[in-house]
Amino acid sequence: MPPVPLTPDDVARLASLARVDLTRAELEHLAPQLDVILDAVASVSQVAGPDVVPTSHALPLVNVFRADVVAASLPVEDALAMAPATSGQRFRVPRILGEEQ
Amino acid sequence: MSHILTATAAQLAARIAQGDLSAVEVTQAHLDQIAAVDGAVHAFLHVDRERALAQARAVDDARRAGDTLSPLAGVPIALKDVFCYAGAPTTCGSRILAGWVPPYDATATRRLLDAGLVILGKTNMDEFAMGSSTENSAYGPTHNPWDLDRIPGGSGGGSSAVLAAYESPLALGLDTGGSIRQPASVTGTVGVKPTYGGTSRYGLVAMASSLDQPGPCARTVLDAALLHQVIGGYDPRDSTSINAPVPDVVAAARLADVAGMRIGVVKELGGEGYAPGVEQRFHEAVEALRGAGAEVVEVSCPHFDYALGAYYLIMPSEVSSNLARFDAMRYGLRVGDDGERSAEEVMNLSRGRGFGDEVKRRIIIGTYALSSGYYDAYYGSAQKVRTLIAGDFARAFQVADVLVSPTTPTTAFRLGERVDDPLAMYKADLCTIPSNMAGNASASFPVGLAPEDGLPVGFQVMAPPMADDRLYRVGAALERLLPALVPPRLPGSLAGGEASR
Repeated sequence: MPPVPLTPDDVARLASLARVDLTRAELEHLAPQLDVILDAVASVSQVAGPDVVPTSHALPLVNVFRADVVAASLPVEDALAMAPATSGQRFRVPRILGEEQ
Repeated sequence: MSHILTATAAQLAARIAQGDLSAVEVTQAHLDQIAAVDGAVHAFLHVDRERALAQARAVDDARRAGDTLSPLAGVPIALKDVFCYAGAPTTCGSRILAGWVPPYDATATRRLLDAGLVILGKTNMDEFAMGSSTENSAYGPTHNPWDLDRIPGGSGGGSSAVLAAYESPLALGLDTGGSIRQPASVTGTVGVKPTYGGTSRYGLVAMASSLDQPGPCARTVLDAALLHQVIGGYDPRDSTSINAPVPDVVAAARLADVAGMRIGVVKELGGEGYAPGVEQRFHEAVEALRGAGAEVVEVSCPHFDYALGAYYLIMPSEVSSNLARFDAMRYGLRVGDDGERSAEEVMNLSRGRGFGDEVKRRIIIGTYALSSGYYDAYYGSAQKVRTLIAGDFARAFQVADVLVSPTTPTTAFRLGERVDDPLAMYKADLCTIPSNMAGNASASFPVGLAPEDGLPVGFQVMAPPMADDRLYRVGAALERLLPALVPPRLPGSLAGGEASR
């Protein structure tokens, strides 16, 4: 169903949307594989008519709320124990703004 | 010691409760077997030796103090590496979570500990549960104890291999498209995917939240039922948990009676593409059930033919969203944080280095299927197919109490055989996916060896939602009717040649 086969550049664009850095070799390796997979699943779009209601979930679900009771939360040191970097009682992250900002 | 390793969980629990065996002896025997054979099998990613022995000692102390023990107290178990267990690494088979130790327990983990089970360690799996062979694990594949050159199934190949290698009598798995049942099938063991919502997902690393369901893995049907009873039931911490009693699976496993039961053979799950030995053993098992008084009918589920396609749109879409949490900010691998790069650049690099090929494939497919312009044609259509599959099940369950099929079209294939052909790999889940799409209960039971290669064949039983007990009735009947499967003895194995049932 993809109107034209996916090129490595198409895959690069999708990878950038998904925030996954892929090497050129990976892009060239993945593009034809993804084409085969998308081609195999394409028949799905021809099965159901407009009258069929989509199902997002196996069970009929209603939103659930817990009782509004105060409970212990994760101690800060436990939450930070596996962080790649910390600063005081916080996660330390790389800069989030560009130079020009 | 060999009698400890080949005993069932039910037998071990009874002997521990009687004081005939200590939980420490039982745990030590399994730790010794792991040391003896896991070099060749590679089913464990982490063995939690000291804590396991401490848990066993606590059970022995409780017994000596006269406490009433729960039905599986003192019995060892292995956890698929997707279950959080505070204090032990939980990697999900991924480099991005190498060395990550969760600060809390999954509900299932907590229930095991509360019931006195002894956690031996964490088992290998395809990265983030994506695969049918464990070859997508960042830590190397697991080998099938029936033939070390073959796959143990996946994604939960570690949890099936520990059973067949007598490294543990019990294990937990997570089934999104067949990750409990297909490994059970190719290792001659029992694996159950409970009704969606029947077991808690709290504390499991999510793959596709609308499909994921944790469940029991064991060598016998009764053992699986006893484990199902421990982990099953309502959990307020899982918003999709069903607030209703767990069906009496243990009674059903003990009943083992199919007289008068209507068994529906699914027409679409067989024929071309199925190995002759798989079909032969499947049909023999159906005849055995008929001989035991079941009524066999043929049912048609025409939309099952589209289940694989719909699954490979819905699951990657959920994957692309769920795996967004691995952003290198609060935990997990962080690459390239040199003080110059932005958070977004570090995120891109970390995910590029941290995820393996299959995870990348699925994230990209999911991103594609959810992108504007394609959403209706892909994701929207797949959701409609899901409705049609549920409708097929509902109609079939009007004429049959359970549906049956082979669990997977072939026996265990060779390691390496399908790694470069994702589509061939996906087809291993052809028969198991419909039950994840519809959320009904489903299980795989061993029904013999395929004559052409001498490898185990699995028999899938599917029951309506919250009728999980029917799976166990059929499975236990098959276990009584058919000869037991005994895996070949591994080099150095401390387990005797005879398995007990």
